[in-house]
Amino acid sequence: MLSRTADNLYWLTRYVERADCLARILDVAQRLSYMPLTYGGSTNEWSSVVLTAGCADQFIEKHGPIEKATEENVVSFLALDPENPTSIRNCFEVARTNARSVRTALTSEMWDAINGAWIELRAFPDRGLSRDELTRFLAFVKESSLRFDGAMHRTMLRNDAFWFARTGTHVERADNTARILDVKYHVLLPEEERVGGPLDYFQWASILRSVSALTAFHWVYRDSVKPWLVADLLILNRAMPRSLASCYENLTGSLDDIADAYGRQGPAQRLARSIRARLSNQSIDDVFHTGLHEFISEFVSDNNKLGAEIAEQYLT
Amino acid sequence: MRRIFDEMSGEDGTIRPAYEALQSWLEKMPHEVLEQRRKEAEFIFRRIGITFAVYGEQNSQERLIPFDIVPRIITHDEWTGLAKGLEQRVKALNLYINDVYGKRDVLRAGIVPEELVFQNPAFRPEMNGQRVPHDLYVHIAGIDIVRTDPNTFYVLEDNARTPSGVSYMLENREIMLRLFPELFSLHKVAPVDKYADDLLATLRSLSPRGGSEPNVAILTPGIYNSAYYEHSFLADKLGVDLVEGRDLFVKDNVVFMRTTEGPKRVDVIYRRLDDDFLDPLAFRPDSVLGVPGLMSAYQAGNVTLTNAVGTGVADDKAVYSYMPDIIRFYLSEEPILPNVPTYRCREPEHLKYVLDHLPELVVKEVHGSGGYGMLVGPKADKAQIEVFRAKLKHDPANFIAQPTLALSTCPTLVEEGVAPRHVDLRPFILSGSDKVRIVPGGLTRVAMKEGSLVVNSSQGGGTKDTWVLDT
Repeated sequence: MLSRTADNLYWLTRYVERADCLARILDVAQRLSYMPLTYGGSTNEWSSVVLTAGCADQFIEKHGPIEKATEENVVSFLALDPENPTSIRNCFEVARTNARSVRTALTSEMWDAINGAWIELRAFPDRGLSRDELTRFLAFVKESSLRFDGAMHRTMLRNDAFWFARTGTHVERADNTARILDVKYHVLLPEEERVGGPLDYFQWASILRSVSALTAFHWVYRDSVKPWLVADLLILNRAMPRSLASCYENLTGSLDDIADAYGRQGPAQRLARSIRARLSNQSIDDVFHTGLHEFISEFVSDNNKLGAEIAEQYLT
Repeated sequence: MRRIFDEMSGEDGTIRPAYEALQSWLEKMPHEVLEQRRKEAEFIFRRIGITFAVYGEQNSQERLIPFDIVPRIITHDEWTGLAKGLEQRVKALNLYINDVYGKRDVLRAGIVPEELVFQNPAFRPEMNGQRVPHDLYVHIAGIDIVRTDPNTFYVLEDNARTPSGVSYMLENREIMLRLFPELFSLHKVAPVDKYADDLLATLRSLSPRGGSEPNVAILTPGIYNSAYYEHSFLADKLGVDLVEGRDLFVKDNVVFMRTTEGPKRVDVIYRRLDDDFLDPLAFRPDSVLGVPGLMSAYQAGNVTLTNAVGTGVADDKAVYSYMPDIIRFYLSEEPILPNVPTYRCREPEHLKYVLDHLPELVVKEVHGSGGYGMLVGPKADKAQIEVFRAKLKHDPANFIAQPTLALSTCPTLVEEGVAPRHVDLRPFILSGSDKVRIVPGGLTRVAMKEGSLVVNSSQGGGTKDTWVLDT
């Protein structure tokens, strides 16, 4: 297949995944902001949203210091601002542009899902949204990405086009999960003497919610929410679809399928396998022992490296 | 003035036999139902993304071409005659271009004046003496046809470069089958979906390499081109790669595409890119859409371009006026399809006549297209006529003029109900090394405004499904 086609598919699914992730982060922040102020402590949830979304520089340029982020300017910046290259609006815009360039590699159901979402999105204003509007908007975004994913799974041939699309989804998803952990790592540290007041509980629960794993947590651990278990679930648990381990299960699978079809393994396959091995050979205690923050930073950088290897090997 | 010929109700209001079933069906359908179906069709078109861009218009990057749900019907016999004439016309076009870049018998015989060849901006000296596979240049032609009475079809224009619109022919039929299956049970309509197979067979027949299965690709300028939808649509239907210039590269005069498995050789390129942009080394150096070295690979005979380079030398409106003579010269046959009588303003007597009769003529630029830069005399006011008079005097060779034809009309759904609107027809003619293929039908364009004769989509024209009846 054309390298450019593979590239478009890869970025198409990355942007759909990113839009979905941004929607979840905003959803959780909105929920936290409903909590009584006393539970919010001194943490400014909205500035941590900007950090998690990974667009702090652009935000500061437009709205000033990040500590002074407000619900209003963060929502307008991340949801619909046409000037923010990674706003949800622009994620859909870029996803559709990529889709349009590879119409021939998409099934009509996939095109319909992404083009339909893009058409509907134009009905939303460029400005900020009221709380009700935001709720509706976020539901629309999550539904659209579900619909797209569903269309992809139900209708696409299992060939290299599908595997490149899957690769984009999982590189992006791993990056998003890791960034959520990176911004919130301090609340996940096990401090023996800390009792875990209501503030912490909300924080842990919100992390789980942002990857839609609160229910899963209880099924897996049959325990109350504890920070190191949250970290275990999101990093090492292969049963959890948004965990780093699960993303790398899928990544090695898709990359191996590509290598089988082309009859050649390469640096991307080797790097993916070594990252996966690191995730499956450790316990969460080992992770905390080497330092959660260091572990995540290294992961983010490795994941970026994998993206670069995939681009080098296939997409250019 | 004579009554205008309506393809459903003729010249005297008697419903013509081919339209009887459609007419009684239309009578039974309430206007609201038709309007509802029209909206459904529009919704489907938007959803599929069949849009086009109008150059020079802001804020409307993607627009829909209005689709009219009332089909146009052509009888089997009418089509048989048309198809013969089209095949004859395209054969002559191919022989003419081959001659112009070869022996130039046509110039020596004085059939076509030399300056129409050598001073033609579409003439490519690079093609002089260049052999192309099977001496074929125009593999995909779109010949525009208009009708004035039950028996007369005129050729209005030859499109020998990169004619577009075939995706509308195919999609219009799909939509009609979805919206009005009952109408198809009342008529025996010749299918059009064979076009994709025909096109692929034609392209493959032109491969410069024998033996292995040829690798065919469609070359597009990219997603911002007004016809991008059509390019991707065709690639999809043919099952071939849709490439942009940056996907291709030339090594040792062989063209390759960049794939996830490394370079892959390309044999036939159906390019939807104008000559000027094909290769920055050979033509416009600022082109970022083309492929450096493509022209030398082409000249070395390692890749086939469809249509060939330099076909524009045969399809401007000045050369058009010589087509009947060109047909007689190469084929020793009378033209089956007549030309619209054409005044060449480059000739002094013609110019004088044109200047004296501007209010009744249609004046067009020789290299114009898309309905831009033309004067429709009977519809123009005095000021517009004077502007054109000045243009004509300034550069007569740049214009031709034709009498204003009473174009036929077809029933069309408009706000007030079903009313006659003027139409034309663009059939697509495929010339492969083995044979000529023409899918019965083509793209019918319709001027949605009452009385308007301009059917171009850039001027608000719409399209219709075209039914050629089997027997």
